[in-house]
Amino acid sequence: MKNNFASAFRLTLALLVLCCGVYPALVWGAALLAPGQGQGVQVSHKGRLVGFENVGQKFDWPEYFNSRPSAVGYAADGSGGSNKGPSNPEYLAEVNTHVAAFRQQNPSVKPGQVPVEMVTASGSGLDPHLSPAGAYAQVERVARLRGLPAERVRALVDARVQQPIFVLLGPSKVNVLQLNLALDSLSGR
Amino acid sequence: MFSELLGIAIIFGATVLLAIPLGLYLATVYRGDKSWSDFLAPLERLLFRAGGIDARRGMSWQQHLMALLTINLVWFLFAMLILCTQGVLPLNPDANPSMSPDLAFNTAISFLVNCNLQHYSGESGLSYLSQVVVIMFLQFVSAATGMAACVVVFNALKEGTNEKLGNFYDYFVKSLTRVLLPIALLVALVLVFQGTPMTFAGKQPLITLQGDTTAVSRGPVAAMVAIKELGTNGGGFFGANSAHPLENPTYLTNMVENFALVLIPIAMVFALGFYLKRRRLSYMVFGVMTAGFLLLLAPTVYYEMQGNPAIAQMGTDMQLGAMEGKEIRLGAAASAYWGITNTIISCGSVNSMHDSHMPISGMSEMLGMMTNAFYGGVGVGFLNFFVFVIIAVFISGLMVGRTPELLGKKIEAREMKIAIIVALLHPLMILGGTAMAAHLYVSNPTEYAGWLANPGYHGFSEMLYEYTSAAANNGSGFEGLGDNTPFWNISTGVVLLLSRFLPVIGPVAIAGLLARKKYTPESAGTLRVDTATFGLMVFFVIWIIAALAFFPALALGPLAEHFSLY
Repeated sequence: MKNNFASAFRLTLALLVLCCGVYPALVWGAALLAPGQGQGVQVSHKGRLVGFENVGQKFDWPEYFNSRPSAVGYAADGSGGSNKGPSNPEYLAEVNTHVAAFRQQNPSVKPGQVPVEMVTASGSGLDPHLSPAGAYAQVERVARLRGLPAERVRALVDARVQQPIFVLLGPSKVNVLQLNLALDSLSGR
Repeated sequence: MFSELLGIAIIFGATVLLAIPLGLYLATVYRGDKSWSDFLAPLERLLFRAGGIDARRGMSWQQHLMALLTINLVWFLFAMLILCTQGVLPLNPDANPSMSPDLAFNTAISFLVNCNLQHYSGESGLSYLSQVVVIMFLQFVSAATGMAACVVVFNALKEGTNEKLGNFYDYFVKSLTRVLLPIALLVALVLVFQGTPMTFAGKQPLITLQGDTTAVSRGPVAAMVAIKELGTNGGGFFGANSAHPLENPTYLTNMVENFALVLIPIAMVFALGFYLKRRRLSYMVFGVMTAGFLLLLAPTVYYEMQGNPAIAQMGTDMQLGAMEGKEIRLGAAASAYWGITNTIISCGSVNSMHDSHMPISGMSEMLGMMTNAFYGGVGVGFLNFFVFVIIAVFISGLMVGRTPELLGKKIEAREMKIAIIVALLHPLMILGGTAMAAHLYVSNPTEYAGWLANPGYHGFSEMLYEYTSAAANNGSGFEGLGDNTPFWNISTGVVLLLSRFLPVIGPVAIAGLLARKKYTPESAGTLRVDTATFGLMVFFVIWIIAALAFFPALALGPLAEHFSLY
């Protein structure tokens, strides 16, 4: 027993050096060569840091493409989902309000066509993407409020739809921050 | 929709294809035969010298367990010490506080037992030092512990073994140097190049395009996430785990992470066949496990892709499926696949919020943990399965009127008692814990109002899920549960401890007892365990013991909720 204990203690110290020293140092070194140097991929606009490519941010002004509802208000230092169950009556009432608000803001969207991601919160509360349908549904509103032709705004979305990898695997998506940056450039902001 | 289904088919196919050669490699390494990775031998000798260990000394099953439990105790004390003092230790750029003792107790145990019940949120609950030397360290060593225990059982099943079942430290250290560290390094490289942070800098404050002030949490994420999946621990760096866009930035990283967590559990099954030179036996085990897995996967994928009928009624377009708690870049199919793989395997990381899954999906996830033997955690999955094999051998032996034998060794009363205790412990922990919590809640709903995020059937499911997750050493949660209270921290901590160590001690003890018995050569009268018939038998034993025991509880929770929605 005493022998076991001493061995266990000494082996633990040696393994701490290997698993918590050498291994992370190797990964850290490799990260210096990666996009963003392991700091996360940052996005700047006119010389100002405006966000991280992969971290969703709040867009609720009607002249921007809006991002999804978030249970944590897009607090990027406290991620989380709503954890609401599918039959919770309070939750369903809240979703219903989101649906009504979305239809009011986007009158061009027909009943039965409200994109489901625009009325449900993501798992992380930091979802940086919309589905293409979620972006297209907002084109009419954004174009109207910015006084831009709808085709040009639609073309903006077209250009930013990211296809599944190898065109085959996974969903299509649009990065909201990049889309809105392009939108700002288009309207000269 | 097609691309989402194809995505999960490719992940599963790739995992099985690579698990076979990895199984062969594992068998080679554990046997001590020549392999390409022998250049690591000097490193291992260095580690053994540092520990003052003679790795060639054969150990009896009791000595194995003593070594295993002692080193686990050392890790527990070390983890408690760091967690309770992290606030004043270095590498804490975000100035997070030390943990309360009950939370530290729960966290230390949770990671020690290769679970990841997290009653804290990574961004605000841990310093970088704790993330690396406690969480990540335990993710490595607890996985290696499970693998080593599994090899001890393999040894006992080998023909002609007796008292000595190899050396615990040898298997443990080799699991780290030859398997976990190299593969984790590869996975981490994919992650950093896809945009996962690996930095010791603190939060980045910024003003968003729209003018809101926020701060983005970061840290040494990539190194930890790699071993979190590979070691089937599942404890996330961030609160949202692999739903977080920095922890799992792309569909590709999702595929790689999901691949990594299923890889070793399946490879261990094939390793069994190569190690014992009984390939058919591992096909039988793999077949049973895969059948169970697919049976749970299919309804989950279906219901998640269908979406929530109550929300469809409001005039939404349900093309994407049930998106509450899910990420656009991952989609409903990959989230469902992830949910089931992470619950049948005791990994318990999440890439979508299980609390918001459809009721049948939530039930399938719970069933995955209730059986806990369809692949199962690194090493320990096979140990759980082994218990069911013992029971199935005994029952089928009685049915056909022969002495129950497993690979030439008689199964007798002592082994059966151990197997049954281990098998029944699981429902006892889950149902006993849930009953206690439900009783407390019902007798004073105002005092415990903070516990449940959802009313009715779903609230009951939240409590049931928590104990199921603790007993299966899984760690995922219906996270709506307000679980950072002394009651939940301590009760689940106790469940975690019992449910990790008894299911390791039990099978190792059975193996030790079997190894000592006289070997009876196989004859025409021997019960063959590597046949489809016996596979079916094991499947039904698992189903009866592990699933039917929970049927009444499931009827009160997810089933009732399902029928209220549809």
